[in-house]
Amino acid sequence: MSLDFTPFIPSLPYILEGIFVTLKIVLLAGVLGFALGIILSLFKISSIKILLWIADIYTSIFRGTPLVLQLMLIYYGSPQVFGYQIQPYTAAILSFALNSGAYVSEIIRAGILAVDKGQREAAQALGVPYGKMMWDIILPQALKNILPALMNEFITLTKESAIVTTIGVMDIMRRSYQVGAENYSFFEPLLIAGLIYYLMVITLTFLGKALERRMRRSD
Amino acid sequence: MIKVEDLHKSFGKLEVLKGITTSIQEGEVVAIIGPSGSGKSTFLRCLNLLEIPTSGRVWIGEEDVTDKKTNIMKVRQNVGMVFQHFYLFPHKTVLQNLTYAPMKVKGLSKDEAEKIAYALLEKVGLSEKANEYPTRLSGGQKQRVAIARALAMQPNVMLFDEPTSALDPEMVKEVLEVMKSLAHTGMTMAIVTHEMGFAREVADRVLFLDDGVLVEDAPPIEFFSNPKSKRAKDFLEKML
Repeated sequence: MSLDFTPFIPSLPYILEGIFVTLKIVLLAGVLGFALGIILSLFKISSIKILLWIADIYTSIFRGTPLVLQLMLIYYGSPQVFGYQIQPYTAAILSFALNSGAYVSEIIRAGILAVDKGQREAAQALGVPYGKMMWDIILPQALKNILPALMNEFITLTKESAIVTTIGVMDIMRRSYQVGAENYSFFEPLLIAGLIYYLMVITLTFLGKALERRMRRSD
Repeated sequence: MIKVEDLHKSFGKLEVLKGITTSIQEGEVVAIIGPSGSGKSTFLRCLNLLEIPTSGRVWIGEEDVTDKKTNIMKVRQNVGMVFQHFYLFPHKTVLQNLTYAPMKVKGLSKDEAEKIAYALLEKVGLSEKANEYPTRLSGGQKQRVAIARALAMQPNVMLFDEPTSALDPEMVKEVLEVMKSLAHTGMTMAIVTHEMGFAREVADRVLFLDDGVLVEDAPPIEFFSNPKSKRAKDFLEKML
């Protein structure tokens, strides 16, 4: 096996710039997906049947089809649906957020159900209205328990974001692929991309652990 | 203060309360006793609508809480409740447990809420625990905080659902002491309990429930020394 990284050193800054592209997509999609997940999870535990159905059908569709398909449907379908071509960026963030929301809603639902029923009763007995009870009492306890699962989802999101390459977003993956094409050698730049993704995931894992420790203060 | 008229409650086919009629006067301390499964907790939970009665009516003060138009949240603000398993908010400190509802529900300022909270913590003897999280407290301390939390809303009525049943024996007394001193302040209290000694000493009246029916309603001296029904006699024989 022969490995020679020297021809790729000048292209390194170019590949590294992709980190910001990837991060921007993942962060925005993560935040939007999380917000969507909270709303969907509240629908799922709601006593209003129609909300429950909406959330269940939503989850079933977004979990039941490939992410790369959702990405392409949104990107290539936008002229027919919205009447104009949306940016690859926008399509990427939108599809990842919508997809992640489906998974996150299941995680949060499980977290809410795991909170002692007595917590809800205690809040009710104090006259705390539903919204405040959920936001101040139930969700914080639920989030603490599901933090590892949420981190897992976020890590998956980071790695899977590489498929935005297929619609031409200039992320880490696409940049290293291009550099490979220029040099007629793909192995080394792809290894570089792999290392970058791995380091990003390690950093995320580390941040997640720190956050978890912080949230376990009250134990 | 509290009036209950022909209260029924069923869970599916199981009828837990079979028509209870009684009332509790202002400042009265009422002990609700009976065998397990007799419906006493359900009865208590119907008073602040943690359980919705199947039929019958409940008045708290002037308000018919079983009327659909009544704002239940508003009623609950005036009815404190203490649970067997405390249900303190684990992610909040003791002080935050006490100030949360007064601030978020009644709209008190942080200063006002904390002033009330510190005064209550002193009353239950836990001033030095204000900034601890609940997991650091013993069962007895948790229950005293739970009582203080309910009192922080400055309710007119306090409901206790077996407040000492989950405690280690050596911690029962400290909680009963707090309840006793609360009774002396003239608070209206309804207490579901298995502590017969406490009921005899502190209660003005004893309600004896069996199988969803209010079997006896008498002052403690009368009830404990001379129960009228056979069911109460059998129950007391087992308890004492």
